[in-house]
Amino acid sequence: MNDHVVQKLKSRFGEGTFEFHEFRGELTAVVPLDQIVEVCRFLKEDPDLHFDLLADLCGIDMYTPVKRFGVIYNLYSLKSKHRIRLKTFTEEEDPKVPTVSTVWSTANWHERETFDMFGIVFVGHPDLRRMYMPEDFEHYPLRKDFPLMGIPGSLPLPKK
Amino acid sequence: MGLESALGDSFLTTKLEDAINWCRKNSLFPMPMGISCCAIEMMAFAGPKFDVSRFGSEVFRFSPRQSDVMIVAGTTTYKMAHVVRKIYDQMPDPKWVIAMGACTSSGGMYRTYSVVQGIDQFIPVDVYVAGCPPRPDNLINALMTLQQKVQRGESRGSSTAIIGGHQSNEPHPLPVIAG
Ligand code: SF4
Repeated sequence: MNDHVVQKLKSRFGEGTFEFHEFRGELTAVVPLDQIVEVCRFLKEDPDLHFDLLADLCGIDMYTPVKRFGVIYNLYSLKSKHRIRLKTFTEEEDPKVPTVSTVWSTANWHERETFDMFGIVFVGHPDLRRMYMPEDFEHYPLRKDFPLMGIPGSLPLPKK
Repeated sequence: MGLESALGDSFLTTKLEDAINWCRKNSLFPMPMGISCCAIEMMAFAGPKFDVSRFGSEVFRFSPRQSDVMIVAGTTTYKMAHVVRKIYDQMPDPKWVIAMGACTSSGGMYRTYSVVQGIDQFIPVDVYVAGCPPRPDNLINALMTLQQKVQRGESRGSSTAIIGGHQSNEPHPLPVIAG
């Protein structure tokens, strides 16, 4: 099945577009940033592949000078019971990734969570507000340069 | 009450504050501030097996206006701290606070940016309960400890409001109604 998915993706988007990795039967495809929505829509809407469930969407901080932030999409097909993982990367300055909430509406909250924790802006998201942290919080807690115990004074407590 | 049979026609003398504090300590209404897993044990504490009604404290009031001890049971995040404080401020004086569990008392295993490392950073706590979660018996023990404090007329949060209470020099927060 993995080979079949790889073949389909290659024939639709061209040979050199993706970087594929396979580890213990798990297929990962690194997708160029500008094609991520198109690829997701193809994977979902192709009747043969039919990855209709976005199992998870999360962020990653590689802490490298280039391509620091990434977004990972775990897809599942209820029809063929197959899984694939997509990755896409963006830069530290002004991290922006197009939203896939137009493809799977469940991505809405997942993207809000990723925005809250990593500060990755999902372009075209209908309601990009913070999920866990207070609205006026200025930092992104899951970034590698955020201290574990937080930044003193950034989260006010009630007066005693 | 059975007191008549023991005393017959005679009578008892006591101080008014002692009598009032005795009434108070045996009719504490808890405000269940159940925020996470500890709250399950707090429910067991009120349920028939551990049966805290033996100590006159079975009536959990879900309205802060009607309760006098707040049991903070669970991981208090910075975001939740404002809610806890607001509910505490809505409780009438005199009032007490039990910090139940490691998280509430000290942040517990959540040594992280989002969890308040001990609720005594924003409300006065009378009794701390160790454990993760503490057994319901442990919470009953905390309640009994609190009852001793009530009988002595002590409260960290509202010392001046108690009849015969010890005046402490600590600044005492004025009740703020609904923020
Ligand atoms: S002390 Fe343990 S049981 Fe209680 S709220 Fe914290 S993690 Fe949960």
